Amino acid sequence: MTIDSVRGAPDTPKAAEPELVQLLTPEGERIEHPDYPLDLGAEDVRGLYRDLVIVRRIDQEAVALTRQGELGLWASLLGQEAAQIGSGRAASANDMVFPTYREHGVAWCRDVEPLKLLGMFRGINHGGWDPKEHGFHLYTVVIGSQTLHATGYAMGVQRDGVLGTPSAGATIAYFGDGATSQGDVNESFVFASVFNAPIVFFCQNNQWAISEPLERQSRIPLYKRAQGFGFPGIRVDGNDVFACLAVTKKALENARTGQGPTLVEAYTYRMGAHTTTDDPTRYRLKAEEEAWKLKDPIERVKAYLVRGDMADAGFFQKVEDEAKQITRELREACLALPDPEPLSMFDHVYGEEHPLMTEEQEQFAAYLASFEEEAK
Amino acid sequence: MSTLTLGKALNTGLRKAMENDPKVLVMGEDVGKLGGVFRITDGLQKDFGEERVIDTPLAESGIVGTAIGLALRGYRPVVEIQFDGFVFPAADQIITQLAKMRMRSLGALELPVVVRIPCGGGIGAVEHHSESPEAYFTHTAGLRVVACSNPLDAYSMIQQSIASPDPVVFFEPKRRYWDKAEVDTDADPADWTPLHRAAVVRPGEHATLLAYGPAVKTCLEAAGAAAEEGRELEVIDLRSLNPLDIGTVTDSVNRTGRCVVVHEAPVFNGYGAELAARITEKCFYRLESPVLRVGGFSTPYPPSRIEDHYLPDLDRILDAVDRTFAW
Repeated sequence: MTIDSVRGAPDTPKAAEPELVQLLTPEGERIEHPDYPLDLGAEDVRGLYRDLVIVRRIDQEAVALTRQGELGLWASLLGQEAAQIGSGRAASANDMVFPTYREHGVAWCRDVEPLKLLGMFRGINHGGWDPKEHGFHLYTVVIGSQTLHATGYAMGVQRDGVLGTPSAGATIAYFGDGATSQGDVNESFVFASVFNAPIVFFCQNNQWAISEPLERQSRIPLYKRAQGFGFPGIRVDGNDVFACLAVTKKALENARTGQGPTLVEAYTYRMGAHTTTDDPTRYRLKAEEEAWKLKDPIERVKAYLVRGDMADAGFFQKVEDEAKQITRELREACLALPDPEPLSMFDHVYGEEHPLMTEEQEQFAAYLASFEEEAK
Repeated sequence: MSTLTLGKALNTGLRKAMENDPKVLVMGEDVGKLGGVFRITDGLQKDFGEERVIDTPLAESGIVGTAIGLALRGYRPVVEIQFDGFVFPAADQIITQLAKMRMRSLGALELPVVVRIPCGGGIGAVEHHSESPEAYFTHTAGLRVVACSNPLDAYSMIQQSIASPDPVVFFEPKRRYWDKAEVDTDADPADWTPLHRAAVVRPGEHATLLAYGPAVKTCLEAAGAAAEEGRELEVIDLRSLNPLDIGTVTDSVNRTGRCVVVHEAPVFNGYGAELAARITEKCFYRLESPVLRVGGFSTPYPPSRIEDHYLPDLDRILDAVDRTFAW
């Protein structure tokens, strides 16, 4: 037995350039795809550009805040802006989004205040927004768990009997390449498939599960797994916001009209660390990062806008200024976030009264109050 | 008033809940056409259809995880885990997700999911079919954990659990499924014992026996045998393990001064340890002897031909009672 065979998969077929749906080249050239027509006006493109720039700036600010000890942790989306904004803008108000913990761009599209995301990573609470209000579920830290919640939710939509009507909403579940190894994700595929649930599985394949490369998760391209479960899988250029938008739109529409699940694999790259506690220089080559930099999701939209004469320097400056303003306010608001009251840990654990927890709460309140008495 | 087995009482309770609320769903492996391996869901799919009685893929995490999603969409899923020992693949979803989602959402989300688990031994089953995993779940804040022991409680408690806005882990004593009793299915639910109230099922003055689920009947039999020897044992059916009705327990122990806890799960770190600690704290000056525990051993559940030695029986319970009096 060779070392290679112990490590596994020496014969893994590696597609040099994987087959993927692309509507905008890294150089900013628009290309058409027969299955995914996309008609965007200049205003729409400028809007997408603004989203991309702002979420990148918010992400950078959050990383800086973490480095300064103001957040306990942050999972950076750097490099994945197009996958998130494209798919996030594809979803309509009736759709329900189930994110993992890196979907800050999707949260932006669902009007979740960035401060709420920061609050969670700062340790103010474990969530903090109303998922129903935003059609955006809570961040889920346990890898892949939310894909089952999403599938069940989609089964509920199915049971409501609204599919095929204008009020139908689809469900979209986000997860990463590492999550595809989890039992829950595979169980989600089984349930979604056999019940034909109205769901889109949106996998952001960012190539790395902390330090483990894609080769440690799969011997076949991830989108091809869908076939084994009995529904379509599509790979899209995850750094191409147009392609992510068009492919997700179609998949969501298929779900809403009762045509069942789709797996979308957004082929992208996590430019930063897994989280702020991680050190990618220990496990990956600089050359790989440099190669992906050339596929930057924001630069190609900028090039397209410039080439098509859809935006001038004034527009880019305006977006830059707005992003700066948003992040400045975000930083101030983050630093001003008060710690929650200690007794708030007892809130919202149960919907109905729980006498023993109430007893502990009262005892702890009295204990805390005793310090105040002493201080007098 | 009708005479029902515990299993039929659960079936009737589920049926009532489904009739009363179209959002109630039943889901699990084999719950549809087969009616479940213990037939607890017998006939429900025939009457309520495949959309409400869902035969799921064979995937426990998937069953609980999708039930969470259905609850988020406004449904009230009642999931069946086929046997106690099979709940562990779903433990992640129950512990990390189901229990915590309300708090995580600051109260914006409600998770009215009931996880039914046939529990305990005594039916001559093979490995993984006779476990008592209650301590894993009572240790998890955010869950409610209850155990029925008789047909009337089975009938009322399943409906109360479904009505609860909180997730409930519902233990059913599988070796008591065939026990019969009168159940008044026309009674006003307002007259039922509240879900989280313990019940004194046999009054007595000399010592208190605490039990739940399958051990309640064994304790009643032990109390009957003790009475012949002049000892009146009070038997309390806890019914709810989390929250615990500690008041009913301490009222009793403060009167009797002696307490024996009986359950099928291993004694070490079992639910009885919690009871012993709380009783010691709250009844210290009234106790005539330490709280003793009778339960399973620190071994995996044994092969069925010797399970009678593992399960607390009359002799082991009465031996413990003797020891409390010998102090």
